[in-house]
Amino acid sequence: MASELLKIEQLVKRYDEHTVINGLDLTVHSGEVVVVIGPSGCGKSTLLRCINGLEPIQGGSIKLSGDEIIHGSKNLPALRQKIGMVFQSYELFPHLSVIDNITLAPVKVQKRSKGEAEEEALRLLERVGLKDKAKQYPRQLSGGQKQRVAIVRALCMHPEVMLFDEVTAALDPEMVREVLDVMLNLAKQGRTMIIVTHEMQFAEAVADRVIFIDKGNIIEEGRPKEFFNSPKTERAKQFLNIFEFESVK
Amino acid sequence: MPDLGLEVLFKGKNMIRLLGGLWAALKISLISVALSIPLGILLGILMVRKEVVIRAVTRIYLEFIRIMPQLVLLFIVFFGSARAFGSDISGELSSVIVFTLWGTAEMGDLVRGAIISIPKHQYESSAALGLKNSQTYFYIIIPQTVRRLIPLSVNLITRMIKTTSLVLMIGVVEVTKVAQQIIEANRMTSPNAAFGVYLTVFLLYFIACWPLSLLARHLERKWG
Repeated sequence: MASELLKIEQLVKRYDEHTVINGLDLTVHSGEVVVVIGPSGCGKSTLLRCINGLEPIQGGSIKLSGDEIIHGSKNLPALRQKIGMVFQSYELFPHLSVIDNITLAPVKVQKRSKGEAEEEALRLLERVGLKDKAKQYPRQLSGGQKQRVAIVRALCMHPEVMLFDEVTAALDPEMVREVLDVMLNLAKQGRTMIIVTHEMQFAEAVADRVIFIDKGNIIEEGRPKEFFNSPKTERAKQFLNIFEFESVK
Repeated sequence: MPDLGLEVLFKGKNMIRLLGGLWAALKISLISVALSIPLGILLGILMVRKEVVIRAVTRIYLEFIRIMPQLVLLFIVFFGSARAFGSDISGELSSVIVFTLWGTAEMGDLVRGAIISIPKHQYESSAALGLKNSQTYFYIIIPQTVRRLIPLSVNLITRMIKTTSLVLMIGVVEVTKVAQQIIEANRMTSPNAAFGVYLTVFLLYFIACWPLSLLARHLERKWG
């Protein structure tokens, strides 16, 4: 078994009186692809935000290779370099070109040379089919292209784990594929990834392990084939049934 | 060809006097702009703070200055303060005070708008890349704020230049006042001078403001 990379124990996250995550445990191993699914508002996006220290937590601990992630702590920026995060709304920096979006953090945070960072950025862009867009600005790109750039931007920091927060939810259907293909390729390369998604077929194809969350805790987890074909809990069965339609004719 | 009274401009030092008047107007607006921009940035930063008292005070200041016509403000500062406090401040200084109060309010509101228009996700995606807070502001937030701000503040500057034509009402001899004087002095010899002289004033304002308008439009297109 590969080594433990991320260890979450008894995580509690509350917004005022509303408990979003309630004593959740999760361990992710190196090279593992974990897909998190569940109804909206179940806490799956919040979980990713906590892992990246974007939210203060009210209980439990999150550790990356033994280092605890604490919102607002001094060493958080250093820890975050090991965690790549891609958001639903891409959030490229609109005043920077594609290449500068990608190389800003490697150059300013990791103090790598501009030449070397750009070389790697171009190599990664080529792999996602966007090398010719390097000099363009985010507003000149389609949603799918922006999201691929956002993935490259995260990759260029050499993160140990990648977090994907519903990265295709804001895309037109015909652009979903190009982004999912990039993620499938990353999975094949053996990257550690935690993916929150509503794309069930993609989840089944990419996941090593599927985690079903509802009401702030893990209800069921398992290998994708077993989970999608024969879910054990009633709640998961109900949830998966939402995605099947009876023919009306 | 009707008599436009343009010949008045070439009498004596009339043209030089008009240019001197333009300079008087520009001096007031440029000093006010130079003071308004840093003060406005400060005000804008204060306006987005969470403290209720700071918000209320800055809000009242902004609304007060906005609702009050600039002319009334000029009268209060120039005539009012002289009577009430026995102060003896010049028309130029009164003008600079009023235009700085006004410019600061307008600039503050522009800065506030620019700051809150940067989405929260920009801060988060920058933090997620491992940038420190100071780096996030320096490389991500401030450049975007400035880009949104520059075209708007250039427009504010042109508005301030134009509005200086009001200061003749408190006895400051600026370009419009000089124009009046020239017209009055030549009433007998060139009764049509009003058209030509005011046309010249119009052109002088135009020359002062047009490049700024062009710059604003250029920057808007470049960064839009």
